[in-house]
Amino acid sequence: MSENFFYHALKIDHKICYGCTLCMRNCPTEAIRVRNGKATIYGNKCVDCGECYKVCPSGAVYVAQDDFDNIYNFKYRVVLMPSVFLGQFSEDIRASQVYSVIKDIGFTHVIEVEAAVMTHTKLTNKYIREHEDKKPLISTFCPAVVRLIQVKFPALVDNLIPIKAPVDFTSIYIRKKLIDEGADPNEIGVFYITPCAAKIAATKSPVGEAKSTVDGVLNMDTMYNMVYKQIKQHKEYDKTVSANDAPSDSILFALTNGEKRLTHCKKSFAIDEIHNVMDFLEKVENDEIEDLDFLELRACDESCAGGILTCGNRFLINDRMTQRARKLADRERNGETSRRKEIHSQEEFLFANSAVAKIMPRSMMVLDDDISIAFEKLTKIKEIAAKLPQTDCNVCGSPSCHALAEDIACDEAKMSDCVFMQRNLEMRNSLKVEESVEIMKKIWGEEKIKDYVLKK
Amino acid sequence: MHNEFKVVEGDFANAGKASSDIKKTLKQLNIDNQKIKKIVVAVYEAEVNAIAHAYGGTIYVDIDQDKIVVVIDDVGPGIPDMDKAMTKGFSTASAKVREMGFGAGMGLPNIKNNVDELEIKTEVGVGTEVKMVVNFQ
Ligand SMILES: Nc1ncnc2c1ncn2[C@@H]1O[C@H](COP(=O)(O)OP(=O)(O)OP(=O)(O)O)[C@@H](O)[C@H]1O
Ligand code: SF4
Ligand code: SF4
Ligand SMILES: [Mg+2]
Repeated sequence: MSENFFYHALKIDHKICYGCTLCMRNCPTEAIRVRNGKATIYGNKCVDCGECYKVCPSGAVYVAQDDFDNIYNFKYRVVLMPSVFLGQFSEDIRASQVYSVIKDIGFTHVIEVEAAVMTHTKLTNKYIREHEDKKPLISTFCPAVVRLIQVKFPALVDNLIPIKAPVDFTSIYIRKKLIDEGADPNEIGVFYITPCAAKIAATKSPVGEAKSTVDGVLNMDTMYNMVYKQIKQHKEYDKTVSANDAPSDSILFALTNGEKRLTHCKKSFAIDEIHNVMDFLEKVENDEIEDLDFLELRACDESCAGGILTCGNRFLINDRMTQRARKLADRERNGETSRRKEIHSQEEFLFANSAVAKIMPRSMMVLDDDISIAFEKLTKIKEIAAKLPQTDCNVCGSPSCHALAEDIACDEAKMSDCVFMQRNLEMRNSLKVEESVEIMKKIWGEEKIKDYVLKK
Repeated sequence: MHNEFKVVEGDFANAGKASSDIKKTLKQLNIDNQKIKKIVVAVYEAEVNAIAHAYGGTIYVDIDQDKIVVVIDDVGPGIPDMDKAMTKGFSTASAKVREMGFGAGMGLPNIKNNVDELEIKTEVGVGTEVKMVVNFQ
């Protein structure tokens, strides 16, 4: 497991981390260990779900982002803005104002990601129709879910719909439009405002591991602060800029049910929150649910409204987006705005550029490709696990006794890392107290094992 | 490698523990995904039968490098007519069991389709032992 398959935007700042183990205990894929007093992420197990970021009490888990000034490397600076971004702003701030302010802070073009949803949906429905044999078909919209399936449910990799995400469609469209208008391709920079670390990872090493369609990623919280500050300082804005990229039903795509609602299927489910998703995939893998057509699966509770880089409460964000969609639908009914947008004329071109490269299983569960070695390791794991105390105390630096057993069998930890084992070995004179202290220092660092003076 | 699981009469809520555990082990051994699916389906069906038609029992799982052997041994009414029981659509499931979504009479035929060897020993009034083997190669 030395080869690194995935890029990760989530990182842990070891200057801040004090090894509280909360992230390790909450990681759904057991990707974290504490070493030298600091939480450390195993890249091939991490699926970028962001649970560790959410629970970290010290802010040590952070999301790396590109330097904002990178945008000035380009003459045409396009921002791809997901509808969720607009949901961050309170009701008194209009969508058109946000569009306008984004231009003020340095961009030449703004387009809402969801502009591509109708085209994307058309293609998805076609794929679903033509792939009866691969049912249930699973959406690839949430990159954390795609990785979860690759590492934990490899049997379902072929059920993933190999179509790029709406953000890629929008990116491809705007680039073509600018080139058609005479822009030099090298002068176009396309930047995406992301609600989460998973989307960054997917942008840097895309699903199917092909080339990225965007030039950079901007974290939603950073962008929110920039835009909000500008709005507060300059009450005036260019009223001619309109926020009119996507039809009303499209702008809810990133919320729970957003995709399910648009697909033509008899039996489909929209499931959010990573543990719910894992439970459900377990059933799907066992063929427990009959006649299943389509699954919309999202790692975050309330889907992208609950992305780790969003600002504010996910239910409020959801509500604002829903209100906006309702108002837009009214305007569509009154004939004030059309559901048909410019992007729809480029449908054929987008269809032709929509495929993702083959998505490979990347099982993190396989102990070895050679069954006899795997079998040996598994036997060892069972033996070791039976000896461990089953307290899941985390003092060994692994998330559970069972995880420690696996680490030991894979030569990544030692039996004597367990405090109960240490006592045991000391009692039998096979381990000196000084040696135990050294072991604890390796796991917890010098600082935590210092020589305390106990006051009477 | 040996493992055992208890089966409790009428406890549909906890059905699937054995098959989930087996699934995890087989994934770690890098067994072909299609094969894992077949094993999981077969074990699950046999477990549900012991829950639905018998008074509980034990599941014995033995895995080595070449194969998996699962024995579901129950205390129960036994199966008076094996040929009938193996027929697609034959079921004596009670109304209560049907309410739980079982009782289509597809379990045993399904098990037969998914395993390499199936051996059923049964004695009316005593119980049933279902043994299945799936070879990895
Ligand atoms: N362990 C068992 N003990 C007693 N009778 C059994 C047992 N397993 C199966 N049978 C009998 O064989 C019949 C057929 O079993 P089978 O699993 O094929 O169908 P089912 O359990 O009735 O329905 P389904 O499995 O489709 O939910 C059962 O209805 C029952 O009469
Ligand atoms: S992002 Fe998710 S999978 Fe990755 S280390 Fe954090 S909690 Fe674990
Ligand atoms: S649900 Fe949305 S915000 Fe959350 S990880 Fe998936 S894509 Fe990102
Ligand atoms: Mg049955």
